[in-house]
Amino acid sequence: MLNNLWLIPIAPFVGFLINGFFGKRAGKTFVTAVAWLGSFAAAALGTLAAFEYAGQYHHGERHLNVIYNWFSSGNIGADIAFQLDPLSIVMLMVVTWVGFLIHVYSAGYMAHEEGYWRYFAYLNLFLAAMLILILGSSYLFMFVGWEGVGLCSYLLIGFYYDRDFAAAAGKKAFIVNRIGDFGFLIAMFLMFAYLGSVDFAQVSQRAMGSGIDGGLITAICLFLFLGAAGKSAQIPLYVWLPDAMAGPTPVSALIHAATMVTAGVYMVARTNVLYRLSPTAMAVVATVGALTALFAATIGVRQNDIKKVLAYSTVSQLGFMFIGVGVGAFSAGVFHLVTHAFFKACLFLGAGSVIHAMSGEQDIRKMGGLWKKIPITAWTFLIATIAIAGFPPFAGFFSKDEILASAFSTPYFPGLGKLIYVLGTIAALFTAFYMFRLFYLTFFGKFRGTHEQEHHLHESPATMTIPLIVLAALSAIGGLIGIPHVFGHNWLAEWLHPIIPPLPGVHDLHIPANVEWAVMIVSTLVAAIGLFAAMRLYRDRGVAADEAFERRSPGLARTLENKYYVDEIYGRTVVTPLEVGSRFLWKVVDSVIDGIAAMLGFFVRGFGDLLRFFQTGNVRNYALMFFIGVVVFMWVLR
Amino acid sequence: MTWSDTVFLLPEIILTLGASALLFVPLIGERGAGRSAKWWTLVILGITAASVIVSSNAVVGMTQTATFAAMFALDSFAIFFKLLFLFAIAMVVLMSEDFLRESRYSPWEYYSLLAFALCGMMFMVSGVHLISIYVGLELMSLSSYILAGYYKNEQKSTEAAMKYFILGAVSSAILLYGISLIYGVCGSLNLADIDRAMSTMITNDALMVGIMLLGAGLCFKIAAVPFHVWTPDVYEGAPTPITAFLSTASKAAAFSIFARIFYSGLHHFQLDWSSVLATVSALSMIVGNLAAITQNNLKRMLAYSSIAHAGYALLGIISLNAMGIRGVLLYTLVYVLANLGIWAVILMLRRHEYAGEQVDDFDGLYRRAPFWAFAMVVFLLSLGGIPPTAGFIGKYFLFAAAVQSGFGWLAIIAVLMSAVSMFYYLRIVVAMYLKEGAAAEVSASGSLRFVAAVCLAATLFLGVLPRPLIDQVTYSSRRLLVRALQADGGR
Repeated sequence: MLNNLWLIPIAPFVGFLINGFFGKRAGKTFVTAVAWLGSFAAAALGTLAAFEYAGQYHHGERHLNVIYNWFSSGNIGADIAFQLDPLSIVMLMVVTWVGFLIHVYSAGYMAHEEGYWRYFAYLNLFLAAMLILILGSSYLFMFVGWEGVGLCSYLLIGFYYDRDFAAAAGKKAFIVNRIGDFGFLIAMFLMFAYLGSVDFAQVSQRAMGSGIDGGLITAICLFLFLGAAGKSAQIPLYVWLPDAMAGPTPVSALIHAATMVTAGVYMVARTNVLYRLSPTAMAVVATVGALTALFAATIGVRQNDIKKVLAYSTVSQLGFMFIGVGVGAFSAGVFHLVTHAFFKACLFLGAGSVIHAMSGEQDIRKMGGLWKKIPITAWTFLIATIAIAGFPPFAGFFSKDEILASAFSTPYFPGLGKLIYVLGTIAALFTAFYMFRLFYLTFFGKFRGTHEQEHHLHESPATMTIPLIVLAALSAIGGLIGIPHVFGHNWLAEWLHPIIPPLPGVHDLHIPANVEWAVMIVSTLVAAIGLFAAMRLYRDRGVAADEAFERRSPGLARTLENKYYVDEIYGRTVVTPLEVGSRFLWKVVDSVIDGIAAMLGFFVRGFGDLLRFFQTGNVRNYALMFFIGVVVFMWVLR
Repeated sequence: MTWSDTVFLLPEIILTLGASALLFVPLIGERGAGRSAKWWTLVILGITAASVIVSSNAVVGMTQTATFAAMFALDSFAIFFKLLFLFAIAMVVLMSEDFLRESRYSPWEYYSLLAFALCGMMFMVSGVHLISIYVGLELMSLSSYILAGYYKNEQKSTEAAMKYFILGAVSSAILLYGISLIYGVCGSLNLADIDRAMSTMITNDALMVGIMLLGAGLCFKIAAVPFHVWTPDVYEGAPTPITAFLSTASKAAAFSIFARIFYSGLHHFQLDWSSVLATVSALSMIVGNLAAITQNNLKRMLAYSSIAHAGYALLGIISLNAMGIRGVLLYTLVYVLANLGIWAVILMLRRHEYAGEQVDDFDGLYRRAPFWAFAMVVFLLSLGGIPPTAGFIGKYFLFAAAVQSGFGWLAIIAVLMSAVSMFYYLRIVVAMYLKEGAAAEVSASGSLRFVAAVCLAATLFLGVLPRPLIDQVTYSSRRLLVRALQADGGR
């Protein structure tokens, strides 16, 4: 398996081809079987490869599997090559198994949808692209997957393409991501130009070498982070993710919560050598992460669409991950990525189950009292909510705690680190609050929907509840892979340790035991405060609490509801001027160019007509031209 | 010569026997079963292809590289082209089915003539002696003359055959005159001997005239300006499958001997002939592309386009370096693939009995046959040299070769003219995708689909993963190149 790593992404890709070409005519059973098989094969092969790797490498070395020399020109080149190391194995396990669970879930959720085959074809294609992203051994090959998942994201957001909103949301996601991709590309050009390679290992190696300008490293890191901010929805490029909820809910779970949006975090962790060489870049990453975490969490408090709340929550949690990788706690960032994949996938799928039960209703103001009606969904949702809010010993607690403690004790920028810690803790408070608000509004109080909806209320089929149960279990105990040092053995941190090689003159992060304890206690308290505040406000009073807040401070309420008017500001400052500029280029500049081009064309055509004159169709004339040609030849050579 | 030498000639022997057999079958009484003719021909081609492989493996162990008084060589260069010709002819055979059924002429003779033409091509690419090359060339040409006039009742077709024959005879005369002058000066017609004789010469008027006449004769065969005038008329008048044959296999054969003669025989005087051929190349690119713009008849447009492509391919011969010879091989292959594909799509479109000949036959093809419209776009892009199609790789090698050997100005003309060529290629794309209409109906038989699909797959594959092909042509051109550079070392 280790020397045939390409089989892992190929498996879902074959599924995509089969469903893409024949799915329309084949039955749903066939489509489901192909799609499940594709994703399961990837998961099984991936696990096999991981075990083989663990048996063969004991110190976290990189396993390289070169398939093909992609191109080599002068002194630059790139291979089509896959690699396996502790980091990619972690990603591989999360992506394939969570991906497989969501494939299973989708069969139930999408059962009555038009374009069932199209959905599964895209989903398999997404998995293939994501696997290239995490298994590729160079920035360039990773970029192939990076663009591939972007494409699938676009296709799946716009899955209901006959709804204007969905089509627009797809376009928005694509365009905003292009801005990030621009940064990624510039970073790769810089690597090619100054480091002479885009291979992960070689880039790190050469960046560590002497004679490399610190400014260059910072530039590469910042451009890469622009790419990461696009894909992982960080300020200022987060605006596409909330709109992306226009896609089917399992897509939101897989692509816009568990896997694709974490690609930016993965990339920063992958580039940890360069980032550690540039504290400036790290400070930028951590600060942006902290601001995003807090900013999105405050918006989440006033959203009423169940998926929108979760979307802002995702943006906020991604911010936490960037705090982690930004302050130098790369394994903590990846840890949160993993736990977040569990509980956020569970929450999204739970939301999907709720929406399914509510006959398509997404507004939590029209829900309420669902606790008894859909018990499995409710219980799993509760477990995931506890996990994200950060109560011990659920998954989210350990990962969030490790990030916050690392921020507090980061050696790279101690002062700023403390500030980031404070921002993060406030964000955690908001997180607990909006999540329990969501939970109480959905599952407690009186049912606020229509009669018809109440009549149709039902628990989802097993294909949907089984993934929920599995994910809920992982949300509960998944944190045990990375318990703090004060409790014992942080398995994940040790597993990931080899990918963070020691650098001369760079102090690595160490969390003192007393800080660890203090942060844990504060985090738990903060989560409890959030929980109690939400419980008091929303358990009995329901939406009345929101209305009261609106009466008390209408300005703030409206600002939050309209997400600080960021979309409007972008529209005025970026989109409109661009449109005006384009119009100018089109109407004025382009018509001049067109005129010149038309003139050229006119001359060329005239010349072509002239040549026709020689084509008399007369053999004598042809033979004559022939001889003239020979004579001219000789005359030239004379 | 011993009996074991026949192994060099085994494929040609098999093919000759097969072609003769095809001619005799209808006499025995198979007249009615025209359908089986195609399959028999394909079987013969298949056996020949297998024998090429077998005898090339057998030859590897032998000490001598050429046989029959050093007239005939089976080297990697020849093998590459032989397989290419076999492929192209097989595709032409597949494309001819509909035409033969409708025209009610005997398929047996038709296929037999194609097989004889192929035999001539395979013979000439192995020729390392001007006479053996000439004999092969004539066998190919004579068969082509008849095939061009195969529409016996169609005036255009007969006229095309007549023109082709007369001008072909003229060019043969010129070619032979050139050969005789070279013989007079060098005392041999063997390319290696000519090479040796020339290495000691300074300059010689008679030799120059000889080389130029030889060059002019070859330029006629590849349809380079100013010896191109026959091309549009013949391409237009000939039955469309035969036009496909003339513009692919026949041209590839002419390129192959052009390359062999100039690389391994005449390279000492490169400084002299390259300037003339550079002019020919530039004129071909300019005239071919500009004249193609004004054509509405697709066959004429492609005829002019093929004139322009002859100009591109000449870049590889003029530059006389490693890039150049590889470029010639690569370009010939990708050009053959794209062209065969285009002809297959054209044959799918039928208006009455003639295949889709006008540009507006393609109007709205996207709606009627989206896949074949897409295939057509790929072929056109490949001819235009746009990545990720194979055409890009071919043009890249040729243009790079020209730049390396100091013909930068020629490369600039080539690039500009490629841009011009996109204009008329995209005209077809515009017709297919943006216009409405259904002047020609689509009737894609299985064979045509097969040809177009194979060409499409190969064009895309070689465009995305060109490495295996590049390695192959590097290997196939090595010997030719070594000869040219070794002897050239002094300069």
